[in-house]
Amino acid sequence: MVMTFVFAFIVGGIICAIGQLLMDVGKLTPGHTLSTLVVIGAILDGIGLYEPLIDFAGAGATVPITSFGNSLTHGALAEAERHGVVGVLTGMFEVTSSGISAAIVFGFIGALLFKPKGNVD
Amino acid sequence: MVIIFQSRPSLIAAGVVAGPLEKRSIFSQHFDAIYDDERWQMKTNEQGHRKMVEEACQFAMKKADVKNKDIDYFMGGDLVNQMTPTNFAARDLDIPFIGLFSACATSISSVIVASLLTEAGASNLSLAGASSQHNAVERQFRYPVDYGSQKPQTAQWTVTAAGYALIGKHQEEYPSIEAATVGKSVDYGMDDPFHMGAAMAPAAFQTIQSHLEQRNQKIYHYDLILTGDLGQLGLKLLKGMFVESGIKSEELKPLRDAGAEFYGQDEAFQSGASGAGCSAAVFFSYVIQQMRAGTYKRVLLVATGALLSPLTFQQGETIPCTAHAIEITMK
Amino acid sequence: MEKEQYHQLEQNVTPKPPYFKNVAKAFFVGGLICTIGQAVSLFYIIFFNFTEETAGNPTVATMVFFAMILTGFGLYKKIGQFAGAGSAVPVTGFGNAVISAAIEHRSEGLVLGVGGNLFKLAGSVVLFGVVSAFFVGLIKYILVTLGVVSW
Repeated sequence: MVMTFVFAFIVGGIICAIGQLLMDVGKLTPGHTLSTLVVIGAILDGIGLYEPLIDFAGAGATVPITSFGNSLTHGALAEAERHGVVGVLTGMFEVTSSGISAAIVFGFIGALLFKPKGNVD
Repeated sequence: MVIIFQSRPSLIAAGVVAGPLEKRSIFSQHFDAIYDDERWQMKTNEQGHRKMVEEACQFAMKKADVKNKDIDYFMGGDLVNQMTPTNFAARDLDIPFIGLFSACATSISSVIVASLLTEAGASNLSLAGASSQHNAVERQFRYPVDYGSQKPQTAQWTVTAAGYALIGKHQEEYPSIEAATVGKSVDYGMDDPFHMGAAMAPAAFQTIQSHLEQRNQKIYHYDLILTGDLGQLGLKLLKGMFVESGIKSEELKPLRDAGAEFYGQDEAFQSGASGAGCSAAVFFSYVIQQMRAGTYKRVLLVATGALLSPLTFQQGETIPCTAHAIEITMK
Repeated sequence: MEKEQYHQLEQNVTPKPPYFKNVAKAFFVGGLICTIGQAVSLFYIIFFNFTEETAGNPTVATMVFFAMILTGFGLYKKIGQFAGAGSAVPVTGFGNAVISAAIEHRSEGLVLGVGGNLFKLAGSVVLFGVVSAFFVGLIKYILVTLGVVSW
């Protein structure tokens, strides 16, 4: 049990460290960096490596943005296996919706509750 | 070509107001007012920005004991799209309005235009200046204010401040404008909007060098050469350019930057302050007051501006910059 | 001074980002956020009848909720300035991108302002996620049909 937490910390930290290198050394903007990580997540699931990572690291693999790429691809592949090539389009959002829906709903609520703040610390 | 003002228009009064974070500025005791609400009790940042411009102008007019109807021209600008906060302030001030966009160099370009109108006999009293409001500008040029991006050490903090000066016919007891240099749009191939100092330093160098050459002056003729917002790194680069041109670094003592000094040594503000309001706030409060107190007799104020937009950055363009200078003396 | 000379001067004067410190901070904060996510998952599994597979959904939604609170009170950006990718890469960063845009554009109304700008920052993640999933799915489908790989 404790080990799951340790691995979650380590794997999550490593993925974020890679992101930081992309930003500092690669000089990518946050948008470019996150897009790159999402594509990597998609490719890793395509070759069947992301699900084992989730089994190993739990939230360390499901919380970083790479998991978006993974779930979208996972959904697409699962549907394609069942229903043929159309499944590639229809299956994507079956598994991923909670992150995006939550962001939209809480974004809306946040807009109603909060005003932008110009604080520095 | 340098502009020489034979009639030597004077800076009769000035008003500077700033937002809550600017309490942390080392120049804050020179400002006329510092507000606790960054939106000036208005609903949006842009409306607060407009209110700030009006307040700065009111302070300037009150000090000279004049009213809106006594002012011939109101000129200025800001960094928001189409400069709407200044346009809307002009609506409420009800004075003939010339909107000017020189990015963060607007504080001086507006004074140059006002001085020319005064010299030509077309103006008795003009309001000239610039302003910026942090939230409105960040949203325009970079990211939403609450977005958690990591700013590098080269970044600068846009101040929330407005500074407007009243320019009128020459009077002995006020600082007077001797000469001015209008800058070109200078592009040295810098392309990082989080490192404006590097983009603007060459423009400041060209304008200062041109002014000194045309006026047959050297740096030591001035008590102070103050650039607007190069920041700590931009100032280093500017000094580096002077050293490379043959000037010894000891001779560069009069060369200072308002943005680099604005927040003191506070690291939360990275390389320093920037924004059209930065130069305006420091030039029209601290510098004018020091001149009237006799500390500075001859000053060169050089406002620097980066002439980019978020679109040009996304389209992969570099950042052209400009710098405008006025030479002010006090007997 | 010539442009190339100036570029050289600029390279000499401009400090490089503190690479090691930044990566360490990103690692630490990113790891911490994922550990919190692990705890949230466990909470849902123990108290709410979710399994290890299905707990991912409410976990992600909860993390985005935390992001809303931190963003609204102006705290997320302080974490972001410290942690860089450590706060941008977890799904909380996605939440922060959407929510900060929503808060900022409220002044233009809910329809044109919030609705029109909600995905200003996060849209690229959705776009590239969906497009890459599509192509990966398509390529794998073709390879399976050709008998080169199996599902």
